[in-house]
Amino acid sequence: MIFRLKQRSVLPGFKLTLGYSLLYLSLVVLIPLSAVFLKSATNGWQHFWEAATAPRVLASYKLTFGMSLLAALVNSAFGLVVAWVLVRYHFPGKRIVDALVDLPFALPTAVAGISLAAVYSSHGWIGQILERVGIKVAFTPLGVWVALTFIGLPFVVRTVQPVIEDLNTDLEEAAASLGASRWQILWRVIFPILRPALQTGFALAFARALGEYGSVVFISGNMPMRTEISSLLIITKLEQYDYAGATAIAVVMLLVSFALLFLINWNQARSHRFL
Amino acid sequence: MSSLQTASETKIRPVPRHPSAEPRWLRWLLIGGALSFLALFLFVPLVAVFVNAFHKGWEAYWQAFLTPSTQSAICLTLLTAVIAVPLNLVFGVMAAWAIAKFDFRGKNLLLTLIDLPFSVSPVIAGLMFVLLFGRQGWFGAWLDEQEIKIIFAVPGIVLASVFVTFPFVARELIPLMQSQGRDEEEAATVLGASGWKTFWRVTLPNIKWGLVYGVILCNARAMGEFGAVSVVSGHISGLTNTMPLQIEILYNEYNFVAAFAVASLLAMLALVTLGIKTLVESQHASALRHKHPVQRPTS
Repeated sequence: MIFRLKQRSVLPGFKLTLGYSLLYLSLVVLIPLSAVFLKSATNGWQHFWEAATAPRVLASYKLTFGMSLLAALVNSAFGLVVAWVLVRYHFPGKRIVDALVDLPFALPTAVAGISLAAVYSSHGWIGQILERVGIKVAFTPLGVWVALTFIGLPFVVRTVQPVIEDLNTDLEEAAASLGASRWQILWRVIFPILRPALQTGFALAFARALGEYGSVVFISGNMPMRTEISSLLIITKLEQYDYAGATAIAVVMLLVSFALLFLINWNQARSHRFL
Repeated sequence: MSSLQTASETKIRPVPRHPSAEPRWLRWLLIGGALSFLALFLFVPLVAVFVNAFHKGWEAYWQAFLTPSTQSAICLTLLTAVIAVPLNLVFGVMAAWAIAKFDFRGKNLLLTLIDLPFSVSPVIAGLMFVLLFGRQGWFGAWLDEQEIKIIFAVPGIVLASVFVTFPFVARELIPLMQSQGRDEEEAATVLGASGWKTFWRVTLPNIKWGLVYGVILCNARAMGEFGAVSVVSGHISGLTNTMPLQIEILYNEYNFVAAFAVASLLAMLALVTLGIKTLVESQHASALRHKHPVQRPTS
């Protein structure tokens, strides 16, 4: 048995609560998840490889990974600025802005999807302005990027913000009194402290974007080979009763997500050791 | 005179009044940059939901909720949340008790496993249940014999929602209860309180705001889930459509006012969720203190 009590305790309920947790976890999460891997295993390696590397599937990986990466990068830069502004500066409406940063967590993805599609379409408020300078957003890969940026927006802000709040101003004062310029302080003193949180936020935003579906499908136009994300391709295959094909893509996406999860935990454990 | 001044300046460099003082222009540039970014990606889309919903006036807005398919979608969404949230609430409390109050081997493994649903794409979550309970799935033939429908029916929707909202309450409670330690519970037990009484009278008052927080986030996700539910629902109008799925159908039928009207309801739910969340955070910051474990310097 893996789960065993290390130390006797006077508190009751260990067996009951742990037992129930493990049972529920197995029923809801572990058994269904293993179904995906077993299903792909029963189809054989050859079939898996063909399904997971078909040209249309490869095009969807390229779009999904590329746009997720781009969205996470932009979110890292602006998320850092937003977190900094929210902690260090005062401006009217700051509390409301702070609360609204979490909107992508709370707003259902379908709502975000139709709204972004409306705003960034060629008749939309922002879309028509961009169209005048020759930029088309809706039904292009750029639209996918807009949706993924929206969905990943809170991650960097919310991982970096508490670290900025906890920044010891003594360090900055010491650096300033020793003659460092503000830029030097920002770059050489503050940024290294924020870097682990920034990395974690980036990875979280990237991981979230990889699996996103609802907010993307309305704005992307879902054209095969061009604006079709991997999640949508899974659904398309399912609708054609190509279960093996859908499962193959799912396994690839799951393995990438788990690798990212591992990386995030490792990065956090490492940074905690030094702080 | 001037040489004297520079000499004194090099000796005692003026330390900025406040060390975190960027130049004024930079401060406003950063605030401006942050707000424009948020406006483009958050504020404008949020406002657009309501503007599009009321685009043709109150009458058209109201009309959207009178169609039977929309009403049944609202009912199904509520039903899903009413089942999924309590299930995950019970699990969250149980798991947090085991993890926070006892030392056992495999605790880190359990913590990682609880987080797993967050890293599974919603579409894949739906796919899992199709592979298990769909017609060609593992239990498909057996379920067919028993004439039980899970996929393309309400149970599948509930299952998918339970999966995607699985970690919310547990994740909120575990760090909170870990930071509170176990002294109070041990004292109560030693003094003769039963386990149930200890939980009810000692633990629950300590964790209630964390619980509220977890439950509202869990509820928002349960009501708003789209990808996972979309895979298992089958989109049977009036039977297996939740509100997000109904939004998709209305939108694809070019019934934009109705689509945005239903969307506005979910957007209001999101705003209320954020409101409660902010309130709990500001009113009960100390009860949720685990969020910032690092000591802040006293200013």
